[in-house]
Amino acid sequence: MPPEYFSPTYLDEAIELMASRSLDLVAGGTDFFPARGRAPVTRDILDITRLEGLRGIQISDGGVIHIGAATTWSDIAKADLPPAFIALQQAANEVGSIQIQNAGTIAGNLCNASPAADGIPPLLTLDAEIEVAGPLGVRRQALCDFITGVRQTTITSTELVIALHIKMPPAHTTSAFEKLGARKYMVISIAMTAVIIGLDETGYIDYARIAVGSCSPVAQRLLSLEADIIGLKISDVCVHLSHLEPLSPISDVRASNEFRSEVVKEQIYRALHKAIAHDG
Amino acid sequence: MMDKRTAYDFISFQLNGQVVQTDLNAGERLSATLRDKMHSRDVKIGCDAGDCGACTVLIDGAPVCACLTPAHQAQGRSVETLSGLYLENEHAKNLADSFQNYGAAQCGICTPGMMVSAVSLLSKNPTPNADDVANALAGVLCRCTGYRKIIDAVVAVGTKTLPDDAQGHTGTGIRRLDGLQKVNGTEKFGDDVAPSDTLVIRVIRSPFHRAKFHFGDLETWTKENPGIETILTCADVKGENCFGVIPPFADQPVFAESEARFRGEAVAAVVGLARSIENFDESSFPVVWEEQPSSMSVFEAMRTDAPLLHQHRDGNVLCGGFVNRGVPDAALKNSYATVEGHFSTSFVEHAYIEPEAGFAQVRDGRVEIYACTQAPVMDLDELEKILGIDRTNIRIVPTSVGGGFGSKLDISIQPYLAIAALKTNKSVRITYSRTESMQSTTKRHPAEMSVRIGASQDGKLTGMVFNGLFNTGAYASWGPTVSNRVPVHASGPYLFTNYRAEAKGIHTNCPPSGAFRGFGVPQAAIAQESLFDELADKVGMDRLEFRLLNVLDNNDETVCGQVFAQGVGIRACFEALRPAWQTKRQEVEFFNSKNRVLKRGVGIAGGWYGCGNTSLPNPSTIKSGIRQDGTVVLHQGAMDIGQGANTVIAQIFATALGVPVHQLELIGPDTDVTPDAGKTSASRQTFVSGNAARLSAEALRKDILKLVNAAQNAQISIGQGEIIISDGDVIHRIDLALFTPDSESFVLRAQETYDPPTKPLDENGQGEPYAQFGYAAHLVVVEVDTAMGTTKPIKFIAAHDVGHAINPMLVEGQVHGGIAQGLGMALMEEYIPGRTENLHDYLIPTIGDIPPIETIIIEEPDVHGPFGAKGLGEHVLIPTAPALLNAIKDATGVRITQVPATPSRLRAAMRVQDEVKASG
Repeated sequence: MPPEYFSPTYLDEAIELMASRSLDLVAGGTDFFPARGRAPVTRDILDITRLEGLRGIQISDGGVIHIGAATTWSDIAKADLPPAFIALQQAANEVGSIQIQNAGTIAGNLCNASPAADGIPPLLTLDAEIEVAGPLGVRRQALCDFITGVRQTTITSTELVIALHIKMPPAHTTSAFEKLGARKYMVISIAMTAVIIGLDETGYIDYARIAVGSCSPVAQRLLSLEADIIGLKISDVCVHLSHLEPLSPISDVRASNEFRSEVVKEQIYRALHKAIAHDG
Repeated sequence: MMDKRTAYDFISFQLNGQVVQTDLNAGERLSATLRDKMHSRDVKIGCDAGDCGACTVLIDGAPVCACLTPAHQAQGRSVETLSGLYLENEHAKNLADSFQNYGAAQCGICTPGMMVSAVSLLSKNPTPNADDVANALAGVLCRCTGYRKIIDAVVAVGTKTLPDDAQGHTGTGIRRLDGLQKVNGTEKFGDDVAPSDTLVIRVIRSPFHRAKFHFGDLETWTKENPGIETILTCADVKGENCFGVIPPFADQPVFAESEARFRGEAVAAVVGLARSIENFDESSFPVVWEEQPSSMSVFEAMRTDAPLLHQHRDGNVLCGGFVNRGVPDAALKNSYATVEGHFSTSFVEHAYIEPEAGFAQVRDGRVEIYACTQAPVMDLDELEKILGIDRTNIRIVPTSVGGGFGSKLDISIQPYLAIAALKTNKSVRITYSRTESMQSTTKRHPAEMSVRIGASQDGKLTGMVFNGLFNTGAYASWGPTVSNRVPVHASGPYLFTNYRAEAKGIHTNCPPSGAFRGFGVPQAAIAQESLFDELADKVGMDRLEFRLLNVLDNNDETVCGQVFAQGVGIRACFEALRPAWQTKRQEVEFFNSKNRVLKRGVGIAGGWYGCGNTSLPNPSTIKSGIRQDGTVVLHQGAMDIGQGANTVIAQIFATALGVPVHQLELIGPDTDVTPDAGKTSASRQTFVSGNAARLSAEALRKDILKLVNAAQNAQISIGQGEIIISDGDVIHRIDLALFTPDSESFVLRAQETYDPPTKPLDENGQGEPYAQFGYAAHLVVVEVDTAMGTTKPIKFIAAHDVGHAINPMLVEGQVHGGIAQGLGMALMEEYIPGRTENLHDYLIPTIGDIPPIETIIIEEPDVHGPFGAKGLGEHVLIPTAPALLNAIKDATGVRITQVPATPSRLRAAMRVQDEVKASG
């Protein structure tokens, strides 16, 4: 029996299929196909892009932003969102190329769980919550708990991500994303940093979220740095080695661990300044 | 309730405005559906991973990679490809014009992706600026053009019409004669020619750098796998299981026999129905591997306990090249100033966007191979030996080539095609995956170079000693050529009376290193031109004036003792850079005084390159003729791999014959009908095949004029069935109906051969290796982000002595493309076997990485060149990398001695400098 391709309209159909068969999920295909190479298709495929209500961005009255799992990076880049989402939108513009952004989805980026996924640091700074549907119903999990390792998440073979929920950060916050690669476009990050920052009316930091990608198996928030810079002016922020303890940069074909560490410090300074530069 | 199994084994969608329907397999890529089922072969596949963008199509108006799109997602949508857009979309039509006007398509393989992306941009923004274009086209890689012409073409779309010069003779920058098919989607590359029902070949390759292997029961396996027709192994090689571009060094098996010497080496091939090969799981193939210790660097391979790759090559030394002149050691010892350094370079992958592809069939007992190649007659030579059949039974029909840059000189797919077609007596096809192409085909040699150079107090060069080890990989390929070329060129275009250079090719368990634009000279230039800056600084001279003080002039002796009485253009190249050198350095000084983290620098470097084979025969033959109806036919046998031979050779021919170039009918390098114009290599086609074309045209012209005893300067006009000759006031009409056509339908014909005059090199490398050299000098301004270690080139000025620019637009195209490759080599490209076998881990420059390039064409005519022309293709990237490294030094004070100068490496060097300063 050759493998079959399912593209249901309703979520319960998808859940039922996942419960009854061994399936590969596909949305934009931007990780599905490169990972496969020329290996033959042997498993059934579940295409989630025609599921109703899975694509798009909505803001609820309670100030929660809801991003459907199959929302593409182009959708995100083009959306009208508050300044706290600039980092996410800047990251959206860095995901591969326009061709990739037009197809690749936000949930795909999370479920692929690459240490170098551009979308994850900004979503960590936004405290994104992942909504997962499965045979037992729906569960929610913080993004930082959802991704557990290199290409590992808590999702099971009978579940799929249906949405991200982001509680709106304080209105005065703004954000920025910094990415370093060895060429201008279409490049896997050597290191990347996302920040959301808020200043009180006298210019002192009263809100800080900082996350770094490509420097650990899973992108990390720098909680001690976030805490330490509250009450400082941006120009007085000083990143110490201890702030980077959550990171464990490796040496690979793209860069040395030493280099990654020094780059991250610089990226944090730059992201902070970039964030306040486009505020207001 | 609707059917939950949405019955998607069949879809219907709009393709270029027409409703189409097709069956689908689960997980089928849209690119495959379009190419194989819809025959939309204008959708090109370069990587199958979304890295190159060649397969870009519009779905409901938005650009996506067809290779990443599940075909099922096209259901109910509109899909548009270049060929459809070209017919129906105004933006596409205008782009087609503009791309041709600017020479924005070279080989043409990325052009569909570029143009489709540009259509999407123009539909939203009809007047984009250069940044808009770069952002919109950034998802498509190009390896030929250096992108600037593409940006120019899109920015200027609809605003410029380039009237094609009526004559199109040499010196005019006419559009490519074969340009239209590159912009309307009809160009046929290696993967575009096979009928869809042929058998398909899949090669089984070693997963290890070195491994012994044995097969299981192949016969049983074949029987158990329906649709698999046969398996090929070394037992199917009826002639010699050994090939190599330089016959005395031939050492590479078509299929390894018991041990694979590099990761990616072929051991067998499976031939079967297309659907069976699609479903073929390579891990199910019955082969058992036993990994063996491997040597991955020249230093590992030269250890006394390192296993020999080839028993007859002691110390894993393939061969060496040597040039010696004067008393270099004594001269260096007595020099006022000496500098020395060790420089390392990496494997560089050619990364043409077209992976190797082709098809073969057996017809009338002969095997015909349709494939991309740079050297059709060399392919024929190799297959004659491998197949063990007479060469008259082999036909090579080159397809268009989607980039070559040296790697498609060697055979790759050809033996598999020929053996499979002959064994099965059926048509067969093969297309390499990107990874397979990267693993198994040749690379630029990594070099380890130790160099010393000296100068007198007044800045005159006193001597140079160069020792280079070149990682030639598992098999010889062009290793001997690199070993020979490097010592001849390592001096650069400068006067040395005391000089010794030695280069050795060392075998390792890496993919074979072969020919790549420059044959080792770009590596050597990195060492020499970097040290020239150090030496100029040491003697306190301006870096440009130091070079000008030491450049070769007419009547000087090269390091081989060769004297050119004319045509030495390097001084003119450097002098052309002098104004920019002065102003750019002032600008940079001012910039640096205002910026703490961003630092700019200016770098220069020179280069030279001998055109054609080194001291070896290197003929080209060009056949031409006139048919009874007045058609002028040029058998253009010089492979056009994007550089423009189809246009340049035709321009030379038309000029010499005295007819408009657009009148010519070109017949390509099909080995059944077109004589051997040699390989597209060594920057020889314009020079050598150009001369053969000139001689062929002159012979034809002479025969025509003789028919009516007209004077040499008479005007020839060839029209409908007649030739009109205007000789002063006298007009002659020759009625071609009065002639009897020969077996090729010619009523007049000519065939001429040109072989450049060279003389052998003696044991000290003294002789006349080349009939002509071309010369180049580059200036680049870079901006280094000293905190991040990133280097951003912001302007190139490139002066090139081409003798005579046959087609100035194509000259600029070569300059831009060479600079892009030199920039990649200097800043980002590093092929690591097993690690960077795709186009997202192996980085080549994108459209955002190449700054504006100003080309200065120097025309110092060469007496041997056709109308004075010199070769150009390889010269370009020789000065690029060292100019960049010199600019980085100028900006940061750091001398980078290992390329690529990645951000990580540059920062590491800067940290060392900071530590030295701090301790100092």
